[in-house]
Amino acid sequence: MEADYAIIGGSIVGLSIAWGLLKRGRRVLVLDGDDGSFRASRGNFGLVWVQGKGLKQPAYARWTQKSAAAWADFSAELGESTGYNLALQQAGGYDFYFDEESLEQRVAEFETLKKELGGDYPFEVLRHNELKREEPNIGPRVAGAILHHQDGHLNPLRLLKSLADDVRRMGGTVKCGVPVKRISKRDLFEIEAEDGTIYAAPKFVLSAGLGAMDLGPQLGFSAPIRPQRGQVLITEKLPKMMNRPSGIIRQVDEGSVQIGDSKEEVGLDDRVTLETASAIAARAVAVYPDLAKAKLVRSWGALRIMSPDGFPIYQESSTTPGAFLVTCHSGITLAAAHARYLPAWLDGSDQAPNLEVFSEQRFAIS
Amino acid sequence: MTEVDLVIVGAGPAGMSAAVTAAEIGLSVLLLDEQPAAGGQIYRNVAKADETRGDILGKDYTYGLELVTAMRSASITHVTDATVWKIGEDGTVAYSVNGKASLVQGRKVILATGALERPVPIPGWTLPGVMTAGAAQILLKQSGLVAERAVICGSGPLIYLIAQQMIRAGKPPLAIIETQTKSDLLNAMRHLPHALRGWRYLMKGAKLLSEIKRAGVMRVTGAENLEIEGDTEVRAIAFTHRGQTTRIQCNLVLLHQGVVPNTQATRSLRLEHAWSSAQRCFHPITNEWGLSSLETVYVAGDGAGIGGAKAAEQAGAISALHVAFALGFITKADRDKRAAPILRLQSAELALRPFLDRAYPPSDQVLKPADDTVICRCEEVTAGDIRAYARLGCTGPNQAKAFGRSGMGPCQGRYCGLTVTELLSQETGTTPDAVGSYHIRPPLKPITLGELATLEQTLTDETKGLI
Amino acid sequence: MNNASPFHNISPSDDLVTVTFDGIEYILPDGANLAASLLEAGLRYFRNTPVSGAPRGPFCMMGACYDCLVEIDGETRQACMTEVTSGLKIERAHRDKGLEND
Repeated sequence: MEADYAIIGGSIVGLSIAWGLLKRGRRVLVLDGDDGSFRASRGNFGLVWVQGKGLKQPAYARWTQKSAAAWADFSAELGESTGYNLALQQAGGYDFYFDEESLEQRVAEFETLKKELGGDYPFEVLRHNELKREEPNIGPRVAGAILHHQDGHLNPLRLLKSLADDVRRMGGTVKCGVPVKRISKRDLFEIEAEDGTIYAAPKFVLSAGLGAMDLGPQLGFSAPIRPQRGQVLITEKLPKMMNRPSGIIRQVDEGSVQIGDSKEEVGLDDRVTLETASAIAARAVAVYPDLAKAKLVRSWGALRIMSPDGFPIYQESSTTPGAFLVTCHSGITLAAAHARYLPAWLDGSDQAPNLEVFSEQRFAIS
Repeated sequence: MTEVDLVIVGAGPAGMSAAVTAAEIGLSVLLLDEQPAAGGQIYRNVAKADETRGDILGKDYTYGLELVTAMRSASITHVTDATVWKIGEDGTVAYSVNGKASLVQGRKVILATGALERPVPIPGWTLPGVMTAGAAQILLKQSGLVAERAVICGSGPLIYLIAQQMIRAGKPPLAIIETQTKSDLLNAMRHLPHALRGWRYLMKGAKLLSEIKRAGVMRVTGAENLEIEGDTEVRAIAFTHRGQTTRIQCNLVLLHQGVVPNTQATRSLRLEHAWSSAQRCFHPITNEWGLSSLETVYVAGDGAGIGGAKAAEQAGAISALHVAFALGFITKADRDKRAAPILRLQSAELALRPFLDRAYPPSDQVLKPADDTVICRCEEVTAGDIRAYARLGCTGPNQAKAFGRSGMGPCQGRYCGLTVTELLSQETGTTPDAVGSYHIRPPLKPITLGELATLEQTLTDETKGLI
Repeated sequence: MNNASPFHNISPSDDLVTVTFDGIEYILPDGANLAASLLEAGLRYFRNTPVSGAPRGPFCMMGACYDCLVEIDGETRQACMTEVTSGLKIERAHRDKGLEND
């Protein structure tokens, strides 16, 4: 088949880009890995999250905000064409604190960022009693929370499903169970799958998550990414007990409570550990004491795709132009930006956002 | 943390016999089981069942008393009502009793978690009043309850046993509707010469069938298109036979399509598994001693592949002997000497199995459920949903799970996993081995967050920075 | 709902206690299996599914299927893995969802 772009990686990042390229009239071929591939898109927390991001890099904060702002429209369009309700809710989100001191420290950092962003950083501090009015089930140990009004959450599995559906509906070709072995450039980019099949396209996007660690260097990318494990716990379905999500606990639209946010540097190991799981559980019960009686039904470890500074990498290869590396650990939050704004950058259009600050060069300098 | 030589999970025939064998050699043994008394499902409640119950259930059941008695005299720590919810590769086992979580460290672990009944996704199988045939037997063993106005459906020798027990209890089933066909029986015949080594079982089977016939119970084989009817509970079951539809009003429907290894614990340890095309299920790969792909973990009994209660008992003893050898309690020569007669018995015990697998295959209806049939009971996902996810590029059960939540409910895929694998295998034209199975992660059974949270204080606080 | 029990007990117990299920009193054998005892008492469905609200009752009786979930002291528990004790207050799990769908 003829394609303008070959995209390696058929989870949320790759499919968001494919979706956006299709909207621009490009023909796309997406090659996806197999059922056992490490998949952040299956293990993520479903947050569309602004607060705390880019504290030391306002450009990242702005890029995140740009995506968050594009989400409502993106979600509505996806929902309309596929019939899936992504359950997007952008009514703000919390960061909980057990002591005043760390809360104050965070507020100071937020104030600094807010200035750099020209005041566009709508957050407020809720002390225990104010928080209790918003979230009646909050526990006595919670000193307060930062409520950031640009935060929200959605159902990430329905996002994955609707992207998979809509990309096909718009004529994109998606090949699943096709792990890629080798990529080379002659006239076209030639992608050799593990079964020996060759796929070719004039432009090429590597959005293979951790798969880029191996594939990136073949095209001159340094792809300095590493896995960072996050463990997540899921309860049985419960009656509604939370109004807004936080970075560590949220109630999904189907009723389960999702708890997580551990950060572990353990390589390509997505197992769950007792120590971390019980620490996560203890913290959740401290925030919402009623959770003590809730049944934990599932848990998993998923691997974030982390760059050295934690920001995304958007890079066109200097050795083989036409090849792009796209990698980030916030594929849900950034899905709207990847669908709406990144395709113009890939096309080299005048409307492309300036993503220079996210190039790999930033790691070479230091 | 408590430390023992051997942790055994499951107190059925394999677990009990492993415990007795290991304890007699001098190993410290902790036996964890989730029931209030030893016996597993096959000998459930055998120590307490009265004479009436014993008479109805027969000698194959009361035999279990010997195992339970042997276990009592050996020095074994048997923890009852213990839900095992995480097993580590290093032999640490987390379990809860009455809502309190504990950890134990075993130098070796024997998993004797037995079998589950194969899922039977047919229309109406989620209605109250539809149970597994095994459930009906458990009700009889545990509580002395006999189903009244029940219809037994499916395929497998267990159907005859439960029917006979119901007849003896004075409540014969209204009908036995079997799905295996005459050609299945003919196919099985080529295994008959080998199966004759298991002639005692063949005799028993013949005796059961004649008892059922004498009782005048309606029996049909080769039934198709089973459909359970009812609004909020079972009212009737309908099926077709030679093109004719029959409908039987009933109170209960007891389903059975054979049993399959319960692989939740073995999958959670990421042990190597293989697909058995004869038994249409996955089983962990073990060597002749039951040793898995992980040197700390053994799998004994039906959990390693269906062989029945006696074979499980033998497997438990064999694994325990290998553990005793591996830990330096006995020599290799001693191990082999003790194991030889057990292995001989086991080979005779398993002789009938290929015949049974052929004669009583799972029906096409449950292997290829109709689109509108619910296949994931917890999340109410249909076979048609799974087929649609396959068209959206799901090549395996884990992508399908992400797309449609099958396997995400409290049963954690126990009653949909095999169906999803079969469906994806059919849709993608690949083997069940290539399709694979759900990733299983702790907790193996749901526990409360409170239970998990309290463990935090007792563990080394490596994640202190989190709090 | 059909309250006649679809089960016959071949060795009934004399040692009885009182429990409630959704506020209605039931006299059940002390120490017996809760799911079995409720079935014997004529109860057919134990919960509603949280997805569609469909009624469910015991299916496997061996702690594997989670279809016999009930709520006791604010915690969902498997009736087939619970013993009858005097004064047990049992509620239908996810009853609200069920009513919503009625």
